[in-house]
This record gives sequence, structure tokens and C-alpha cells, in this order.
Amino acid sequence: MTQAQTAHIDPHLIPTLEEVSDPEIPVLTVLDLGVIREAVEQNGLIKIKLTPTYSGCPAMDVIGDDLTAAFAKQGKKVEVDLVLAPAWSTDWISEKGLRKMEEYGIARPLKESADKEALLGNKKLVKCTNCGSTNTHLVSQFGSTACKALFQCDDCQEPFDYFKCLK
Amino acid sequence: MNNKDLYNYILGIADNSLILGQRLGELCGHGPTLETDIAGTNISLDLIGQTRSYYQYAAKIQGEGKSEDDIAFLRLERDYKNVLLVEQPNTHFGYVMGRQYLFDVYHLLLMQGLANSADETLAAIAKKGIKEVSYHKRFSGDWVKRLGDGTEESNEKMQEAIDDLWTYTDELFDLTESDEKMISEGIGVDASAFKNQYYDEVTALLKEANLQVPEGKYFIRGGKKGVHSEHMGYLLADLQYMQRTYPNMEW
Repeated sequence: MTQAQTAHIDPHLIPTLEEVSDPEIPVLTVLDLGVIREAVEQNGLIKIKLTPTYSGCPAMDVIGDDLTAAFAKQGKKVEVDLVLAPAWSTDWISEKGLRKMEEYGIARPLKESADKEALLGNKKLVKCTNCGSTNTHLVSQFGSTACKALFQCDDCQEPFDYFKCLK
Repeated sequence: MNNKDLYNYILGIADNSLILGQRLGELCGHGPTLETDIAGTNISLDLIGQTRSYYQYAAKIQGEGKSEDDIAFLRLERDYKNVLLVEQPNTHFGYVMGRQYLFDVYHLLLMQGLANSADETLAAIAKKGIKEVSYHKRFSGDWVKRLGDGTEESNEKMQEAIDDLWTYTDELFDLTESDEKMISEGIGVDASAFKNQYYDEVTALLKEANLQVPEGKYFIRGGKKGVHSEHMGYLLADLQYMQRTYPNMEW
């Protein structure tokens, strides 16, 4: 499922939404990340439904403020509502977002079963963002943010982040 | 439906997450290695995040215009409903992982039940939480195995920790009056129903970890009724300091 199929977003709001990025992974816009569940304009008020990636993700408050600021430049008011259901999944990250993420140095989430094998250290499946080798190992189940784990490449020795699969 | 019971029921779940989150937060910058330090704070962040969702909902149910912060920071010790297990101090890393594992197994079973709650908000928080808590359990369970099945010294320390923490596990399955009312309305989860499953799972891991399953039948309880151990006062002094000293401060 892509963002477009699951979320209702007024097309004229997309250009402004694309200006707002994730403060922790700045190459990803909120649309790439799939956290905007609804964005509609009604009687001059823009209503946005935002869903957190993780319950305690501190980026959500910042994203809410950034959305308000982005539309304020056009003299528009925004009402941001945090919604928990349905729970965010890494499947909602767009293909464009996944590519940008890889170029930025974060390995893209594997499918659910492969992700489990990789995080348990059973199989070498995560691709190094530097040299492309899958000869990598898990350094830490938890990384610099709630959504990532730490890996290291055994060929080029590069340490890198892996975006954990969440379903 | 009686809102007071729903409010109490939510706090019974949320206070566990807040207090354990606070305990793990105390370790920020003090983990034995960088990776374990980051893991502890990541788990803390998940738990505090879940707590915020519960408290926001509880504040709405209560309808007195209070905020999530009022509930978190401005209650007296006797008003916190967390189990004794989660308030136990960070004695050493093995102890912290033992405490985490014994709670995580319970927490995941509870969340899986709560995901089917008749209350939509609680079900949504639980569904989000399940993904996070499964990951916590994987981490803490791995460490219990690693330390239990490690050196002679790590095995000894892990065993002592498990023996001590074990006495707090039975309380996890106690039901308060509000719990029972919420269970009868299809909102709450009957924790006593998964008690055997809990002990089976924990026992299997302890055996794998080369640890003895404690046989003692003496259990300590009280937290769910607001009767806490001596450690709770110190924990709250730390947790509440800013709001008590500078009322209504924001940052």
C-alpha cells in the first residue's frame, strides 16, 4: 500500500506538505514517510491528521509545529490532530522515500520475516549503504532514533543505520 | 459506564510504563556500553510515549480540565498504581535486564489482550504498543540469556537478581475492583487468565539461560493499591522535582 492509496490528501496541499521534512531524517518529507493520514481544507482551515512512527517519537511535535509554520506563510491556519489507529507501518514509506533514505546512508527496511532474521543475527540480509555488500552484522538493536538499528559492513567496515521494519 | 473505573483502569496500566520509563531514563549516560545505554533510553522513550497516550486519554475521561502533565507529575505517592516490580532500583545491569524481561513478558501479553478491547482508544494504543514491546522483550530476553549463560560471575549476579525480582511477579496478576469492572464490560484484560502462560514462557527462558527457576512462594504486593516500596518516594522526588519547584513550568 502506498500513501496515496491509504490517505486522503487534497492535491492542492501537496506542494506545501512536501516542504516539511522529518527533523531526524531531513531528506524525507512527511509525505515520503507516510505520516500524513489526512489533509483537507475546509472553510479556510486546514485539518491534518498525523500518525506517529513510534509512540514516543519526539519528531512528531516538531513536525506538527513545522506544518503550522509552513501554511502560516500562506496566511492559512492549521489544525493538527494526532491519530494512533491504524498504526504506522514502514510499508507506508514511499518508494521515492526509500531511495532517498538509502542515498542518505540509511538501509531500507526489509520485509517482515527477513527483518526478524537480520535482527536476530541469523542471516546476513541488510545491504551496506556504502558498498552494497550484504556481508554485514548487527551492532545494536537500538540506534540513534527509535526507528533505527545499528549495523556494520564486514567488507568495507562502514557503520550504518538500518531502518527497522515495522508492521 | 462509570468513568472513575475507566480512569483508574487506564492509570493502572499507564503508571507501570511511566515508572519503568523513569527508571530506565535514570540510566541515560550510565549504561555499561554505548549500545546498551542507547537501548535503555530507546525503551524508556517508547514507554513514556505510550504513557502520554494513556494520560491524555485519562485526562479527557476525568473531565476536570487536567493535562497529561498533571497526572504524571502532580499526584501523591499513594495515587500511583504501578506494580512494585517496575519501581525497583537499578541495582546493576543484570538486575535492570531481569526487571525489564519479567515486565516485558507480562506487558506484551497484556497489550495483545488490550488490542481487542471494546474501548477503541485503548485498543489503538495497544496495537501501536505491541510492536514496540515485542522488540523490548527480544532485547531484555537476550540479555538475561547472555548473562545467565555467561561467566560464573554473570550467572551468579543474574540468578540473585531473578531470585529477588521473582517475589514481585505475582502482583502483576492481581485485579483491582476497577480492573474487574472493566473486564466485565469487555474493556479491560483479565491478566489472571494469562498467568500460567506468563510463568511457562519465563520458566522456559530461564532454563535456556542456565538459571534456576525460583521455587519460593512468598510474594510481595501492594503497588496496585498505592502501597509502594521505600524506593518509590526517591523516584518520585526526582520525577516531580521540576513541577513541584517551579509550578506550571514548560520547556
